Amino acid sequence: MTDPGTIVIVGGGHNGLVCAASLARAGRKVLVLEAADQVGGAAVTREFSPGFRVSSGAHLLHALDPVVERTLKLASHGLAFARTGLNTVALGAGDPLILNGAQVLAGEVSATDRLALAQYVSRQRRYAALLARQHGRIPSRLGAGFSVIRLFGGGANNRITENPAPMPWSLAKFAFDLRRLGRADMRELLRVGTMPLYDLLEDRFENAQLKGALALDGVLGARLGPRSGQTFFTSLQRAGAYGLPRGGMGTVTGALAIAARAAGAEIRVSSPVASIRVATREDGGEHVTGVVLESGEEIAAVTVVSNADPKTTFLKLLGARHLDAEFVRRVQHFRTEGCAAKLHLALDGVPQFRGVPSAQLGERVIIAPDLGYIEAAFNPAKYREFSPAPVLEITVPSLHDPGLAPPGKQVLSAVVQYAPCDLAGGWDAGRPRFLAATLDVLTRYAPGLRAQILDAELLTPVDLEREFRITGGHWHHGELALDQFMMLRPVQGAAQYATPLEGLFLCGAGSHPGGGVMGSAGRNAARVVLAGRRT
Amino acid sequence: MTIPREHYLQAVFPTPFHPRTAAVNTLNVWHRWRDYTVADAYFDVALEYTALRNACTVFDLSPMTKHLITGPDALAFMNRLVTRDVAKVKPGRVGYTVWCDDAGQVVDDGTIFHLRDHVYRLCSQERQLDWLLGSSHGFDVSIVEETHDVAALALQGPTSCALLKRLGLAGIETLAPFGMRSFAFEGGELMVSRTGFTGDLGYELWIDPELAVPLWDRLFDVGQVVGVKPMGTLALEMSRIEAGFIQAGVDFLPADRAIRADRTRSPFELDLEWLVDFRKGSFTGRRALLEERTRGSRYRLVKLDVEGNKPAKDAFIYDRRRRNVGVVTSALWSPAAKANIALASVQMPFGAPGDELWAEIYYQKELKWSRFMARCTVVEGAFFNPARRRVQPAGDC
Repeated sequence: MTDPGTIVIVGGGHNGLVCAASLARAGRKVLVLEAADQVGGAAVTREFSPGFRVSSGAHLLHALDPVVERTLKLASHGLAFARTGLNTVALGAGDPLILNGAQVLAGEVSATDRLALAQYVSRQRRYAALLARQHGRIPSRLGAGFSVIRLFGGGANNRITENPAPMPWSLAKFAFDLRRLGRADMRELLRVGTMPLYDLLEDRFENAQLKGALALDGVLGARLGPRSGQTFFTSLQRAGAYGLPRGGMGTVTGALAIAARAAGAEIRVSSPVASIRVATREDGGEHVTGVVLESGEEIAAVTVVSNADPKTTFLKLLGARHLDAEFVRRVQHFRTEGCAAKLHLALDGVPQFRGVPSAQLGERVIIAPDLGYIEAAFNPAKYREFSPAPVLEITVPSLHDPGLAPPGKQVLSAVVQYAPCDLAGGWDAGRPRFLAATLDVLTRYAPGLRAQILDAELLTPVDLEREFRITGGHWHHGELALDQFMMLRPVQGAAQYATPLEGLFLCGAGSHPGGGVMGSAGRNAARVVLAGRRT
Repeated sequence: MTIPREHYLQAVFPTPFHPRTAAVNTLNVWHRWRDYTVADAYFDVALEYTALRNACTVFDLSPMTKHLITGPDALAFMNRLVTRDVAKVKPGRVGYTVWCDDAGQVVDDGTIFHLRDHVYRLCSQERQLDWLLGSSHGFDVSIVEETHDVAALALQGPTSCALLKRLGLAGIETLAPFGMRSFAFEGGELMVSRTGFTGDLGYELWIDPELAVPLWDRLFDVGQVVGVKPMGTLALEMSRIEAGFIQAGVDFLPADRAIRADRTRSPFELDLEWLVDFRKGSFTGRRALLEERTRGSRYRLVKLDVEGNKPAKDAFIYDRRRRNVGVVTSALWSPAAKANIALASVQMPFGAPGDELWAEIYYQKELKWSRFMARCTVVEGAFFNPARRRVQPAGDC
């Protein structure tokens, strides 16, 4: 029998573990229930072929919350890097282009493009820093009558909002940060913030490979093409430097688990939660009383924090009947259609990409040769078909981290797009065909690759959904777009980590600031739980 | 008779009773009610109203939006949808209710007919199928709009029970208010509920559209002796204000149609607190309504007894003749109450029972407009509430 004062965390992904560690450090009793046989959620390392291990979900670390890293002392709990600051090697028709931030390390790039790149990257970093400043803030709650126009000082005669709500605090801070960008940067952000990258990049750059490489940042993990609106905004989520944790992503969550246990949290694996238990008080009010595991075991708790995605949490574990109808409708409309697949290859040797110097083979290699190629790859996804010639983000982590593969062998890990989760005809039939298409593209750039393949695993969004229990297999738990951002993430009414149901909180990537292995959502959720806040 | 639904050929349809209502509509005035054409009045609004209060009238209710809700979770679904405890509406009973959005603002009002276990009919003023389907996620229910499949008449007035007895509905006088009962009628089923929108003794008759015309004919065959008349919407409007009933789109704006945040009303703000049952468990709007109960409401709906005889239609309401605190939503000079009555929405804290308010009334005589400030008293209870409405067994007149 568990102490009902224990806080139960449903799911031991990175955010669940950060939340657990933060709560335990504050002296609360915490029990983490993880469905899989190891913690980590989609930030794990696992064997996919005998002797070959890979980060089976996220494979690059670029957004880990520095506050999490520092306060939970992850370095002392085992987090080490095999490589940081990876270059980007953009393959294309000609010689590969090698980039690192604003620097062009190789490739035929004009002086004009180099200057434009320096300006573009520097501005993007300022904007990304502006967003990063919001990561640790609890999003504002927008009441009825709130006018976004007032954010920019206008709206005195806005007739729609005759009784405007007061300016919420964290939104006011965001507005202040926006102003602090300075006039030119703020205006530019407001101008391009919702623009498609296609237009923006065509305006500023000449080199097709360069444009392709920059565009990829806006579409990776999203159901968007370069011509889709707001891809400039989505690209800001990937402005950090890329790192490879030693031992794969499992090291990050492993360190988090150690930190959580060290702080006193209990973690149970292979304990999938079937439902969140609710009771009705005498006055008719409903509140959480614990969880029921798939095994039938009941665990009492007055506080349950869900690291599961919002649709799973509200519609499967809790049940719509405990929530207001419009809230449920908003949750149903939260866009969770994953479009990225994950390819793992066990290789008999180092893959040789044409024209890529051997010293660069372990960098972040991308196949997004030009804007038209990416858009053409995206088009079929709109009609529930996969890309006949997909775009790829490739790493060979074993080059930096030999422990991942047997001696002399290598592991290739790639994000492959576009692979709509709701593929027409289903993924059982589609998987081998998409694998063939992916290998065709890969061998176009690495002609000897096919002969090196010892084993291959392709995780489509359906497989990711099954393996990580994420609706739609979406690695952000839901599209990270402007309409699902900050106080709108996941939906109005649950955007401050507390939910409409007393005692139930969210802490996953479906909440602000979203996915990528960041940990900010878990940290913010813990603050809300500790403050005893309710929606 | 099957109602054609080729809406691209015809936007507005005749009701199943149209062959008869058209024949007796000597004024030939019609208006559109949702998908149907209905009569404003048949021969004389005042006389139709007088027939209602002194004999009985038949009103064509067919365009009323009707939904059939069935399935193992029907009760759970209904309870999550509406503010009152539907478990207390037993099979064979009818309950008036409202339902709210998440913000606790009224989407619509209507009546729940508990036809039998796991089967409910929900009648509403507005179209609600989208709202109902949107509310059904996670419930094992089937929701069908059956507006076109059920013809309905309101038979209202002091001699309505007598008429039904003459129609051969044995024991109809024992039917309690908000009860319903089925009878055989010409090979089909006639469902009769002791409900209505007039505040008088009265019944609503629900039948297959195929039997609509025979039902109308029978009612008028046997009803001549008790003075039955057809009644149009204008006379109904008079009677519902006298009864103190509110109407969607008139006395409140359905929340899903409102753009401006302060235009909607909660059940508390419509004097419907008695319909809100917090203890039954979760329902849409519960949290917001609890908060409102703590924080206080913004408005209240009041019944006003207005000085003079000029209807206070659309009048602004003032506190001590100076400050504008509200507006009249429905008003008329009531022949039954012999009073100048109004429903008004006023800001809190104005309009407590017994308070004095002022109505700014504009009226014209022979195209000359005048204005005067009428003293109003806030009154409680229906303006017209005869004992015959409730008495059991129902009387003959």
